[in-house]
Amino acid sequence: MIIYVPCDSAALAVGADEVALAVQAEADRRGLAIELRRNSSRGLFWLEPLVEVVTPAGRIAFGPVAEEDVASLFDAAWGASHPLHLGRPEDMPFLQKQERLTFARMGITRPLSLADYEAHEGFAGLRKALQLSPAEVVQQVLDSGLRGRGGAAFPAGIKWKTVAAAQAAQKYIVCNADEGDSGTYSDRMTMEGDPFMLIEGMAIAAVATGATQGYVYIRSEYPHAVATMRSAIELATAAGFLGEQMLGSAHSFHLHVRMAAGAYVCGEETAMLESLEGKRGIVRAKPPLPALSGLFGKPTVINNVITLASVPIILARGAAFYRNYGVGRSHGTLPIQLAGNILHGGLVEKAFGVTLRELMYDFGGGSASGRPIKAVQVGGPLGAYVPESQWDIPLDYEAYAAVGAVVGHGGIVVHDDRANMARLARYAMEFCAIESCGKCTPCRIGSTRGVEVIDRIRDGENRPQQVQLLRDLCDTMVHGSLCAMGGMTPFPVLSALNHYPQDFGLPV
Amino acid sequence: MTPDHTFDAVATAVAAHQHLPGALMPILHAVQDALGHIPADAVPSIAKALNLSTAEVHGVVTYYHHFRSAPAGRQVVQICRAESCQSMGGEQLWAHACVRLGLHGDHPGTTPDGAVTLEPVYCLGLCASSPAMVVDAKLHARMNIQKFDRLVAQAGSAA
Ligand SMILES: Cc1cc2nc3c(=O)[nH]c(=O)nc-3n(C[C@H](O)[C@H](O)[C@H](O)COP(=O)(O)O)c2cc1C
Ligand code: SF4
Ligand code: FES
Repeated sequence: MIIYVPCDSAALAVGADEVALAVQAEADRRGLAIELRRNSSRGLFWLEPLVEVVTPAGRIAFGPVAEEDVASLFDAAWGASHPLHLGRPEDMPFLQKQERLTFARMGITRPLSLADYEAHEGFAGLRKALQLSPAEVVQQVLDSGLRGRGGAAFPAGIKWKTVAAAQAAQKYIVCNADEGDSGTYSDRMTMEGDPFMLIEGMAIAAVATGATQGYVYIRSEYPHAVATMRSAIELATAAGFLGEQMLGSAHSFHLHVRMAAGAYVCGEETAMLESLEGKRGIVRAKPPLPALSGLFGKPTVINNVITLASVPIILARGAAFYRNYGVGRSHGTLPIQLAGNILHGGLVEKAFGVTLRELMYDFGGGSASGRPIKAVQVGGPLGAYVPESQWDIPLDYEAYAAVGAVVGHGGIVVHDDRANMARLARYAMEFCAIESCGKCTPCRIGSTRGVEVIDRIRDGENRPQQVQLLRDLCDTMVHGSLCAMGGMTPFPVLSALNHYPQDFGLPV
Repeated sequence: MTPDHTFDAVATAVAAHQHLPGALMPILHAVQDALGHIPADAVPSIAKALNLSTAEVHGVVTYYHHFRSAPAGRQVVQICRAESCQSMGGEQLWAHACVRLGLHGDHPGTTPDGAVTLEPVYCLGLCASSPAMVVDAKLHARMNIQKFDRLVAQAGSAA
């Protein structure tokens, strides 16, 4: 009997290791031969630890399994009579309604098994890329319509083309795995659950641009991702997918993991480069563009984990296949992360165009508390709070921008009616004050002033004047900040103020 | 921690990483992994090895939240205070931790007996299972006050 117990951090955090030990111990006690496999997570986190057994009818899931449930699962012979029986994962509506392209292997394969990876289309994209000319690889990415998934949504192919055209003895591929946004975990899942996919995406970027060195900059809050990526790189190198003359081709690519050190602003691409160079993570002025003068002053592709992880399937199945998903100028799919006060929190990969209402109710099942949902923050701590009147807007970079919101990295944090939006607005300013790199005054000082002004508004001191002051301050931050840290902190603040004035003691 | 200890840890870290481009961060991580923090007397030798000024290295150590300049308590507890965890009672968990450990929410630090260090973190990537925290590098999600008291050695008894 083969039994799968996930090894994703979110499964470990609710006892997956203890369950795995209990499964093995119980099998031993009963004299049953089992093969315990540690797979990635399917991203149905309310059901973790989600244990699966292999049967003639396919894999059958049980969850959420606690250590105490293990004996009874064996008693029930892992059958449908057990109360935790969920049936086949692929029949569950949460998964059935998704369009998993990038996350197709998630929960199915073992993260560090090259055999599992290759059995599920792994390295088909890299093999394809090695048959094409670098310019043709860049063209595939351009034609796919893939835009950066890290926040700014810049077309990936244009960046690659710039780096490909640059003349330099050394070029770099840097993967931004700093994933600091609250409500996001798709980068973490990718690195812990399907690391070869990211490696493959970066190798394709190297082939396309002529880069021979690459770095994955991973936040220190993700030690499991760091460990898995390091092991995966070793395995991939030993098997010839990385290193000198990848897969016998003329291309070489050496990949390294670097651990960050807990500064949110190091997710900003130029601050990340400074950090990789061994300095304080202070934002650089642009130009020069990193594509021309990036890491150590050399032409550098910087992309988010999901951007790079989306590339293998684009190469394997063709640009048109990917481009046909989505709406408007938002092509392909987005791994959306349902988080916060949500009954069924987890990873939903969908083509662009899905609405928040569908995500929160059809997938998420409403709030975890059972109370009405009041506000949703989309796109991390610099994203706007989206009120119910906007929950039917299709998820699309341009449609969101039109209402002053952002898609960002696709994190969706749900708050119920107990949330105080003035308190959350204050937190946004406070977070900016804690994390500001300090280079510009509107961000460094403005955020601290912002906390004070919001406190005065909440205390009812000269409220109308203080509200005007807050708006002026936000205006200064938007227009006078070098990067989006100071420039976008006003998004959550003003959206809270505009859509929930009652929480600031103002008339509706 | 004896200075000998520090000296050895720094020498090992420098030897292992000095050749890397941008070696400072890997060296600082290695020192902190070995010693639990980056002692002030480690800074000059790191600076010397990398041909940097002491001020530059000090600036990097103090810039990043992850690096500690002083030893932590015997148990390190990190509670997520970011938005997703806030929406699921993370701030109540934080407040409970502060009361139980007798620490101040704005500058928690280490309990006077050196038993527990409490720190805020801003997202652990466990936001679908909020609230989340870390105890001595082990992750815990779907937290509540009862679970906290079970996990944090001193918390159950102190009042
Ligand atoms: C304060 C701040 C934090 C950011 N954090 C991240 C991050 O954690 N991960 C990320 O990929 N991009 C982050 N970005 C965006 C990056 O600057 C950059 O746009 C991105 O890495 C480019 O990759 P992409 O084009 O593939 O999205 C951040 C930007 C700012 C201003
Ligand atoms: S806006 Fe803030 S984080 Fe960005 S460069 Fe200016 S001070 Fe640094
Ligand atoms: S916000 Fe707490 S784990 Fe992400």
